[in-house]
Amino acid sequence: MPELLVQFVIAGVKAFIVVNTVLLAAATLVYVERRVAAWIQDRIGPNRVGPFGLLQPFADVLKLYFKEDLVPALADRAYHRLAPLISIAVALSLYAVIPIADYVVIGGERIPLSVAPGINVGVLYILAMTSIGVYGIVLAGWASNNKYSLLGGLRSSAQMISYELALGLSIVGVVMVAGTLDIAEIIARQKHVWNIVYQPLGFLLFLVASFAETNRAPFDLPEAEPELVGGYHTEYSSMKFGLFFLAEYSNMVVASLMMATLFLGGWHVPFVPELPQWLGLQEGSIGLALFQAAVTVAKTAALLFLFIWVRWTVPRFRYDQLMRLGWRVLLPFALLNIVVTGTVLLALELV
Amino acid sequence: MNVTQNTEAQRMSFWEKLYLPAIVQGLGVTLRQMFRPKFTRQYPEERWEPLGSYRGSPVLVLDEDGERCVACGLCSRVCPALAIEVQAAETEREKERYPVKFEINMLRCIYCGYCEEVCPEEAIVMSKDYELVFEDRESAILGKEQLLVPIEKLQDRLEFLRRYK
Ligand code: SF4
Ligand code: SF4
Repeated sequence: MPELLVQFVIAGVKAFIVVNTVLLAAATLVYVERRVAAWIQDRIGPNRVGPFGLLQPFADVLKLYFKEDLVPALADRAYHRLAPLISIAVALSLYAVIPIADYVVIGGERIPLSVAPGINVGVLYILAMTSIGVYGIVLAGWASNNKYSLLGGLRSSAQMISYELALGLSIVGVVMVAGTLDIAEIIARQKHVWNIVYQPLGFLLFLVASFAETNRAPFDLPEAEPELVGGYHTEYSSMKFGLFFLAEYSNMVVASLMMATLFLGGWHVPFVPELPQWLGLQEGSIGLALFQAAVTVAKTAALLFLFIWVRWTVPRFRYDQLMRLGWRVLLPFALLNIVVTGTVLLALELV
Repeated sequence: MNVTQNTEAQRMSFWEKLYLPAIVQGLGVTLRQMFRPKFTRQYPEERWEPLGSYRGSPVLVLDEDGERCVACGLCSRVCPALAIEVQAAETEREKERYPVKFEINMLRCIYCGYCEEVCPEEAIVMSKDYELVFEDRESAILGKEQLLVPIEKLQDRLEFLRRYK
């Protein structure tokens, strides 16, 4: 069955590219985060390793590899080892359904540019996988046999579960407008008008909720240093810690990518969606695919910058404030958004 | 007791309660901050040249006639940290002495500058040297060879002393 084999190879190549790009992106993100933080705080930031300090993240990773891998004496060893793996596996598997560009035609074969193309429940898949990501954190907290880790893990799970609701509901509006759960399809329908125009409230809710989902400031309570030392990864060292770190940054990239694709038109250029055609890029050519990928990456990068920028601007929430915001503000607004969207859609249909 | 009336939450207007305007304002502040000039000095490449008033490591002055120190021992006597050791010896010239041994233990020195202040010959002064790194305790005890510095290099300090001492 060569047909299946071909598909398998194609998916494998795509997955290889995506995973490596993501890991590289996460490393770059760490560097960017440190630089931006430094600029905001009137410092310069890492600029010694390589040109402009660009090799700093690689030096950091190398350092992590050489560190001793400690496991607390009374920790549950199996789970302690499993937790970071769950985190990173979930974080990386999320990329499977997000298309970076439309498709290319190579040797008469139409290859859509996402690892698992045409999944008609792409959005649901992402929501489901992010929920599994909580297990990594809870397990890490529990298996470490340390009260701070446990509290961090508990906080994190409570936070993620409460914000998952708002997150999911804020996407419902988009899904209603687009009428599909397939992400590539949702992007295709945004060619002329981005979803953010139809769903400004939904975008805002999604933005806030994804800050909480990714445990980023101002919602980085699971690792609130003054109270919880390092939170759920207090007892992790060496590359196990590195994996959590990587997962966190990778989740940030996913959240930005989601926002870029669901609300900001994916690979469509703002105001002039016909630009690639004017540039003479053929439908299905590699040039067009690269162009589209560049647009997607640019949008994602802008959102990632927002993540970092917000982190170094806004102070951390208190736990009760976090819960109040999640349940008493975001959730009702998300529901309101759905009701309004539904009403408008229905009214348009009747007219 | 919990305050229930006229709390901050009640005083806040609708916009303030949304927090978003304030957050956007804050983002503006940090954005501006990002592009402000930084003051960090890239140390090993960009060095700081101290002024004459700076008290770096104490050194012995070496002028045209050789070392100025007459081994009177006052500096050693005044040093609060007991960092200086001087051993005197006679010279050929009458009633003149010179230090056969002059050691400053840089692990002890607190850079107070008393030695410089008390010296009758302006023979020991505080240099601009602030890069004091030693690999072990023995090498932190500086002998005469390391301490003697040509007078040309100490002009700033001598000028400062002349003016303000
Ligand atoms: S350095 Fe000055 S105070 Fe010290 S022994 Fe020499 S002459 Fe005396
Ligand atoms: S500076 Fe102060 S502590 Fe240092 S040698 Fe002179 S007198 Fe002693």
